[in-house]
Amino acid sequence: MDAFTQLGLSHFLILSAILFALGTFGLFLNRKNVIVMLMSVELMLLAVNINFVGFSAYLGDRVGQVFTLFILTVAAAESAIGLSILVTFFRNFGSIEVENVSELKG
Amino acid sequence: MAILFSDVNHMPVTTLLFYVFAATLLLSSVVVITARNAVHSVLFLILAFFNGAALFVMLGAEYLAMLLVIVYVGAVAVLFLFVVMMLDIKLAERRSYIKKHLPAGLIVGFAFLAELVFVMKNWTVLGNDLVLSNRAYPVAHADSIGSAKALGEMLYTHYLYPFQLAGLILLLGMVGAIVLTQRRRAGIRRQSSLEQVLRRPQDVLELTRPESGAGVTSFDFNNKNAGK
Repeated sequence: MDAFTQLGLSHFLILSAILFALGTFGLFLNRKNVIVMLMSVELMLLAVNINFVGFSAYLGDRVGQVFTLFILTVAAAESAIGLSILVTFFRNFGSIEVENVSELKG
Repeated sequence: MAILFSDVNHMPVTTLLFYVFAATLLLSSVVVITARNAVHSVLFLILAFFNGAALFVMLGAEYLAMLLVIVYVGAVAVLFLFVVMMLDIKLAERRSYIKKHLPAGLIVGFAFLAELVFVMKNWTVLGNDLVLSNRAYPVAHADSIGSAKALGEMLYTHYLYPFQLAGLILLLGMVGAIVLTQRRRAGIRRQSSLEQVLRRPQDVLELTRPESGAGVTSFDFNNKNAGK
């Protein structure tokens, strides 16, 4: 019971593990909708960020937050590029269902 | 942050807040991945990020929490919402293929979860004194000057080159997004700087010496322009 009420590092780690698993699951669940797939990736990145910040607080070291900052940067650039690819894709194909699209037939 | 992991026996409010935020975060992410309407997904993604920011505040990373709210809720989520509303997307009919992908997704998701929980349950800091003595940026110093200033002190000194690289990545994202979504439509007159630079006087100018009263007849402007 003490481990339940006493807030510790494992709380944050387990939370981020569940969140990461949910993101992975969402990638499989939404194979037709690329937008939701991108959102799942964002959820996974949020889980990683919670992990970093949790360890940063636990170890008393601020460097984890710097890496979180970099992850945020990369995630922002990634979603911008991904969404613009999506817009171009929609313009060319008229749908965003990527499951059955294979333009590069060898 | 200092009080969060200290040895105080009873901290029910903090723990309760953690559970509230964590439960909301997890529930909203479940809605994100299962909602049929993509707009609902985006809105619950925003809720998830707000709760993540609250958890960051609990962990003492106030600057990152504000950054999460500003960057994600203010920019990325609005970008998602914009794209969702701009594209004409049918409501996802996933009943047909949910059977196909559900087992694989469940297996992979639970495998990840089991591995991570297994690691975290058995996790200890080896050589705790060693870790704590090798802290690159101890929090005790950072607590006295605030989260944002401490982060800035690190970013502009020890992590200057990664910081510049992050800026480069943002520039790349901006240029990439513009280039990818730009399209050339027929029938719209655009400025072509290449043609402007390559334009030579002898191609477009002709010096004539017209007689008085005769005017210029040998030079046909329309043909000259049509040739270009």
